[in-house]
Amino acid sequence: MDHITVTKVENVTLLDHFAGKTLSNGILYLTATHLIYVEASDAARQETWIAVHHIATVEKLPLTSEGCPLIVRCKNFLVAHFILDSDTICQEVYISLLKLSQTVLFEDLYAFFYNPKSTKEMRENGWKLIDPISDFGRMGIPNRYWTITDANRNYEICSTYPPEIVVPKSVTLGTLVGSSKFRSKERLPVLCYLYKENNASICRCSQPLCGFYTRCEDDERLLEAIGQTNPGSQFMYIIDTRPRLNALANRIAGKGYENEDYYANTRFRFMGIENIHVMRSSLQKLVEVCESKTPTVTEFLSGLDSSGWLTHIKAIMDVGTFIAKAVKVEKASVLVHCSDGWDRTAQVCSLASILLDPFYRTFNGLMILIEKEWISMGHKFSQRCGHLHGDSKEVSPVFTQFLDCIWQLMEQFPCAFEFNEIFLLEIHDHVFSCQFGNFLGNCQKDREDMRVYEKTHCVWPFLAQKKPDFKNPLYKGLNMYEVLDPSTLPCNIQFWCGMYNRFDKALHPQQSMIESLLEIEKQKMLQKLKALDEPPEELFTSCHFGDLLSQHPESPLTNPLDFMGDLHALSREGGLQAQKDQAKCQCGDCPYERFEIIGSFRAISISENVGFSGDPGISEAMGASEAIGISKASSEEASCSQQQ
Amino acid sequence: MEFAELIKTPRVDNVVLHRPFYPAVEGTLCLTGHHLILSSRQDNTEELWLLHSNIDAIDKRFVGPLGTIIIKCKDFRIIQLDIPGMEECLNIASSIEALSTLDSITLMYPFFYRPLFEVIEDGWHSFLPEQEFELYSSATSEWRLSYVNKEFGVCPSYPPIVIVPKSIDDEALRKVATFRHGGRFPVLSYYHKKNGMVIMRSGQPLTGTNGRRCKEDEKLINATLRAGKRGYIIDTRSLNVAQQARAKGGGFEQEAHYPQWRRIHKSIERYHILQDSLIKLVEACNDQTHNMDRWLSKLESSNWLTHIKEILTTACLAAQCIDREGASILIHGTEGTDSTLQVTSLAQIILEPRSRTIRGFEALIEREWLQAGHPFQQRCAQSAYCNSKQKWESPVFLLFLDCVWQILRQFPCSFEFNENFLIMLFEHAYASQFGTFLGNNESERCKLKLQQKTMSLWSWVNRPSELSKFTNPLFEANNLVIWPSVAPQSLQLWEGIFLRWNRSSKYLDEAYEEMVNIIEYNKKLQAKVNILRRQLAELETEDGVQESP
Repeated sequence: MDHITVTKVENVTLLDHFAGKTLSNGILYLTATHLIYVEASDAARQETWIAVHHIATVEKLPLTSEGCPLIVRCKNFLVAHFILDSDTICQEVYISLLKLSQTVLFEDLYAFFYNPKSTKEMRENGWKLIDPISDFGRMGIPNRYWTITDANRNYEICSTYPPEIVVPKSVTLGTLVGSSKFRSKERLPVLCYLYKENNASICRCSQPLCGFYTRCEDDERLLEAIGQTNPGSQFMYIIDTRPRLNALANRIAGKGYENEDYYANTRFRFMGIENIHVMRSSLQKLVEVCESKTPTVTEFLSGLDSSGWLTHIKAIMDVGTFIAKAVKVEKASVLVHCSDGWDRTAQVCSLASILLDPFYRTFNGLMILIEKEWISMGHKFSQRCGHLHGDSKEVSPVFTQFLDCIWQLMEQFPCAFEFNEIFLLEIHDHVFSCQFGNFLGNCQKDREDMRVYEKTHCVWPFLAQKKPDFKNPLYKGLNMYEVLDPSTLPCNIQFWCGMYNRFDKALHPQQSMIESLLEIEKQKMLQKLKALDEPPEELFTSCHFGDLLSQHPESPLTNPLDFMGDLHALSREGGLQAQKDQAKCQCGDCPYERFEIIGSFRAISISENVGFSGDPGISEAMGASEAIGISKASSEEASCSQQQ
Repeated sequence: MEFAELIKTPRVDNVVLHRPFYPAVEGTLCLTGHHLILSSRQDNTEELWLLHSNIDAIDKRFVGPLGTIIIKCKDFRIIQLDIPGMEECLNIASSIEALSTLDSITLMYPFFYRPLFEVIEDGWHSFLPEQEFELYSSATSEWRLSYVNKEFGVCPSYPPIVIVPKSIDDEALRKVATFRHGGRFPVLSYYHKKNGMVIMRSGQPLTGTNGRRCKEDEKLINATLRAGKRGYIIDTRSLNVAQQARAKGGGFEQEAHYPQWRRIHKSIERYHILQDSLIKLVEACNDQTHNMDRWLSKLESSNWLTHIKEILTTACLAAQCIDREGASILIHGTEGTDSTLQVTSLAQIILEPRSRTIRGFEALIEREWLQAGHPFQQRCAQSAYCNSKQKWESPVFLLFLDCVWQILRQFPCSFEFNENFLIMLFEHAYASQFGTFLGNNESERCKLKLQQKTMSLWSWVNRPSELSKFTNPLFEANNLVIWPSVAPQSLQLWEGIFLRWNRSSKYLDEAYEEMVNIIEYNKKLQAKVNILRRQLAELETEDGVQESP
């Protein structure tokens, strides 16, 4: 890679940004895909891997007596504070990292050269694992009222919608096209979720191009048709998730919001979720608060307060809850939009879906929901996540907020979700990592143009394989809770330390109930396999063990994917113990002094499949002699991450 | 005095009870000497039994003939009673007011309570100082039990038996007592078996403005130091406050007289500052408005979490001195009955695995709070809704429990007890049928003859049926020192206490049950596997016998 002018820097110090203490002395490697820090002193050779696409900013501070500080801030909230010996090299590393992290061409994104050891067939099958359209089948669509149409097959009606959309059966193509012309970016009202029990539905679109007076017969007809799909209700809600003032301002620009008088049997409501720019600056303030070195409680709480972050999370939760209640309790259909209908609308529609339908609280459900409401409906991942060097004003933590809302629900309903917090964090990582094709581009058409499905891998099989780590042992199954009604009182909305201070391990609980329970499950598996491994003459008894153990309702052998996963878990058994031991060792440190390797465990999980010595990215980047060193390190890394 | 005199109206029908998250219940309200009872007289609805001593404040309201009494409890619960008839309502209100503020301790419920359970182990004898001392005496012979305070003459707030350096005789102790606030001469609080270092606690030295000194005091604390070693004195007041204390005859250890000791000042708030903090916090938690800014700024300005951080930081510092620096410490504030005890007991939670077990924690409370003379009667007289604002009312013990909860949250597998255990202790400290938390010190308890006349809380708690409710299923003995994080991100509002009545706990309770189920199931499975293994081994030996005749 021509961006990298220096591949290896020795004698680099990594500071723990929280405690401000020297961590260690080590070597910094720059590769095309990762920035790798290997501790030199420690026998265990602790490593920190930073995916280049995760790098948000690189900052070179003025020279100090200790050396040249270089601060790397990541989109997954990792902050690495390096100190280099030489100013010249620091400058080189700085420039290299800037270039590496600010990818200009999409072909240079990691996904296009990420090459795990899998066949073409496996890759293609991977893309078939999650099929968002199948979800409509689950809702019973097509049915009397709704139909799936491929009217948008060539992206002719709306360039940011998927080819197949779900619309009322009773409307003509002309009406759809007519309505799309009246909606911002042609994003006409389409079905998002149908609540089978009472026919109430959630539909989504963008704002109408009505200005002050304009009407559109087709649009009114389409909304009426949507209303008619729910004969049990006298009215339909139209939810504008924006604050009233924002919507009013849009009117002047010829856009705006629906006039109740023109749309029969509708009730219009403003909601007050702020726009992407407000959210961006809110996160920035939040991160500053999280980064401050030794804040007092007062400083932290007032910083948290003035960031407004929890206010925004609450606002999104409030709207999601409102929609879910409208559908469940009032049995009314809801049409949701914001401005373009790809940020706030995606947030609240998917949140309401999770509240209404236990399916979306499962692994498959959440994956489908993200594919359906976010990826295929054109949430602009590339712009919002800043995948490519470009307009920083388009960057906004919209998806992060959605995950935050799920986490809030998990805190309030600990038995309602099949997955745990780590699953959310892992998804969050991959939204930014550009390692997989799913989140590239800004809409379905973009991904087709980039030939993402031919050239890149799908993230979901990769995550499914690590399922044992992502399980919520407290999950009580699909039938335990139907509709969730969370409290959105301010005292019940919490700061998510696991996300925003994720890599400051010293701040987290040092033991975890979830991990303990997962370990129990894994040990059970170990026993089972041990029993199966026993020599034939003892098989009789071992069968007994097997029977005994498989009495547990979740016999893992039923699903091949699960079985794979559990084997995977087995090989990591020793690692778990090691991890536990390490945690215990760390107990021996003082609160002020307790430093840990930044991102020691979770940080590297992302690079799991990268670190193999055969990886072209790395060997290319390294000179021949260094390649040995790094491949040694990376095979350790591989085993280390497998052990997790 | 007869309770009947105070009860103007013993019974009212058609009273409606409103509680958050429960449907309203209509029934008959009865007042007894110690309880407020509301019963719907239907089998399926639960009755309300409320100790008068749990009532912190009441408000009355009238709308026409319907009166409403709002009862605010010391455990922060708020309930509402709609009472038909103005006279009945006024009578009930004034009766409750009188009954909930009885002057005489001997009229309190523990003196009337007759347990319905069989006492297996009398809690009054569960944690005798002699037994506690035995735990140390195997490891060290440098300490002894002193009976110098047998008649409570040397220090009224100390127990009859204390642990002191072996080389210091009772006569010296008497002299030291005159030099320490409240007669609280330095005594052993904790012995760290790992390295022989100790925590001692005392009252402030009475140096006054002219720098009085006491050779015996110096000798006493120096006796705890190894040759050539230095110790730390942790003063729980800021230097400023400690200096001001000299004007009132108090003070702190001057370097010149204690050359082997390094003094560290850490500011932990006391008295009404803490009580105000609690009042503000509970007020914030009861605010049901949907305004995030308001909530966060109220939470912040209550300063509750700041106090938690101060206390935990000081406890960590103390533990650090012991375990990391290998130095002994003496801890005191002014009286040595509040912040001192918070620090000594939390340092033990951090350092000593035993104090994280149920019995060990009970012993800790007995030793470091009850016998050490924390004035429970005064401190817990009122809670967050009081208007009286007496200087001596202060949630010192609640703050301690909150700190324990913070550590428990960070190390959920290292404690034998669960959150419910801490909540239970909080409740009983403020209102109880047991005598354990009555009185301000052992001397008072002795005079009240609590051992003879009341039941000990431990007699009830330590029965297997109760213990199971308080046992943490995740517990795995962890013999290491556990260092909590004191960063603001790591400290949380204790929802189990402060949001307890403001939200439904249904889903969290279900999660807890599920966790218990998983662990229980696993244990059963493990037991079965073990039995089968044993059988297999037996069969194999039999085979071996048969094969080799």
